[in-house]
Amino acid sequence: MAFLTLTDIRKDYGAVTAVTDFSLTVAKGEFVSLLGPSGCGKTTTLHMIAGFVPVSAGRIRLDGRDITHAKPNSRGLGVVFQSYALFPHMTVAENVGFGLEMQRVSKTERATRIAEALSLVHLEAYAVRYPRELSGGQRQRVALARAIVIRPPILLLDEPLSNLDAKLREEMQFELRAIQRRLGTTTIMVTHDQTEAFSISDRVVVMEAGRITQVDAPYRIYEHPRTRFISHFVGKTNLLEARVTQAGRGGRAAIGGQLFAVDLPVQMVADAPVALAIRPEKLRLMEAGSGRIGGTIASRYFLGSQWLYHVDTPLGMLLAVLPNDGSIPHEEGESVGIDWADEAIRLLAEDEVAA
Amino acid sequence: MSGPGATPIARWAPYAMSGPAFLLFATLLLVPLLLTAILSFSQFDHHSGIKAGVTLQHYAVVITDEFYHEIFLRTLRLSAVTTLICVAVGAPEAYILSRMSGRWRAVCLLVVLAPLLISVVVRAFGWSMLLGREGLVNQLLELAGIGRQRLLYTESAVIVGLVHIMMPFMIIPVWTSLQKLDRTTEQAALSLGASPVTVFRRIVVPQVLPGILSGSLIVFGLSASAFAIPGLLGGRRIKTVATLIYDEYLHELNWPLGAAIAVILLIANLLIMLGYNRLMERRYRRALG
Repeated sequence: MAFLTLTDIRKDYGAVTAVTDFSLTVAKGEFVSLLGPSGCGKTTTLHMIAGFVPVSAGRIRLDGRDITHAKPNSRGLGVVFQSYALFPHMTVAENVGFGLEMQRVSKTERATRIAEALSLVHLEAYAVRYPRELSGGQRQRVALARAIVIRPPILLLDEPLSNLDAKLREEMQFELRAIQRRLGTTTIMVTHDQTEAFSISDRVVVMEAGRITQVDAPYRIYEHPRTRFISHFVGKTNLLEARVTQAGRGGRAAIGGQLFAVDLPVQMVADAPVALAIRPEKLRLMEAGSGRIGGTIASRYFLGSQWLYHVDTPLGMLLAVLPNDGSIPHEEGESVGIDWADEAIRLLAEDEVAA
Repeated sequence: MSGPGATPIARWAPYAMSGPAFLLFATLLLVPLLLTAILSFSQFDHHSGIKAGVTLQHYAVVITDEFYHEIFLRTLRLSAVTTLICVAVGAPEAYILSRMSGRWRAVCLLVVLAPLLISVVVRAFGWSMLLGREGLVNQLLELAGIGRQRLLYTESAVIVGLVHIMMPFMIIPVWTSLQKLDRTTEQAALSLGASPVTVFRRIVVPQVLPGILSGSLIVFGLSASAFAIPGLLGGRRIKTVATLIYDEYLHELNWPLGAAIAVILLIANLLIMLGYNRLMERRYRRALG
């Protein structure tokens, strides 16, 4: 069921196009992330939904109502800003109560709802503090409480966790998701951090240079990235430049003598270049002589839960990530065999946006 | 070179460097102030002038005579009204200026600041030509069918002149604190359903209050001791404390009385400004730091 619909949204700044051909349908209660590198137009898109940035072309519909040109203060959306944008001259309770005051909610009901919102973000004890007396994580929670207390149809989060340190960021990710689940608020989050987008979203919208390049569930995007750009942007990847030997379903592509079985479009002609990708954790290292190809460990890095190896192979330098399962890791300079499953190989489409 | 030998120089360097400024400050401000204070306690009679001996008579005269009360109250009223108008006009003006795009802002800022480059006396004469009996304003009033009004040599004329002179002193501090304002707080307030007017009143104004505070202190202080504008636009009838001091010194030649009035003006000014500052700071220190 379409709750929020964006149709062919476009934003021009003079001759520069910030966002174009942006169409997206968001269902009620869904958590959608806009993921992309800085300057890809994700924040501009969020600001167009919020009404801070006028739309150059296209339509935005919310719950059957056309809000394309509605004023930001008539949309009733909850917004959490990257800088939190708390009102420095108001206490935490006054900050959270501001939206209710604007809705002319009675004083007694206001007090109840402020207390509810603050307890949801575990800040009951901080109601009379001023923002400057709080830590970054606490300010972030106040900003969230202030946005959800007005019971918005849609919650917009602009890089909400980017100003927090790594540990706090991870905690807040799960807390954010838990709160969102509990309230059932349709949420759109802008982020440049793929881990953040993957861990808490129902769907991820990958953007590049003002366009959507892929919309999918986090697992689908990771496992089946459409382009080289996405493959690189969402996690580490081994990119293999191959040539077609046989197109079509159950087709084949080759690098040197090594054949890869992969479904190829039928229109591909023999000897055409194709890009194949395999995730580092899909590679298996084994004794030298076994596996599909051989290689030498060029360098290794210990990441705590994982070992990361650079392996020199006839296919080029490959990245392999193995879990730290307690077994003895491979030494640098050691010869190893490498194997993988056929279905781990992905065919990448050529990037639509020229780099 | 650092080392134990350099320490005394390092210790005295700040004093040596601030020496010239202190000397200038002492000769131009402290000494005249002290002389004025001493003068205000000197005995005086109209035949022989200043005499030896100490008296509180001049202070007693100012404090008991209603003539002086009226002038002090008028000065207070004129300064307060001028400050209020400057806040009401200057704060929104600074806000609009800060929202303009680069080129227009430069032009408009120049328009705001340019009057500072012209002598106060010249500007006062400009206003007296505009507001005079045959002035442009009266001609317009006559054309509009309202008829000529007495504009010059009224308190309104003095206020108009003072507001014009003082406006940059309000706009500059407010503009400076607007530079530090986080624009996203305005967007946040909008998203919470506030109208643009509410955003300005509830979100912007409280955050630039320190700027408004320092602007109003400057404007009030300068207005209370303004001389040229009340002298030229208020005429003989609208006496203010500054013009009164001038009269005592140069017409009555009663320097001790003039000095006593000057000292009272200084103290009154200080008390009002400090009290105002304390009041505002107490309210906003915790929130704005």
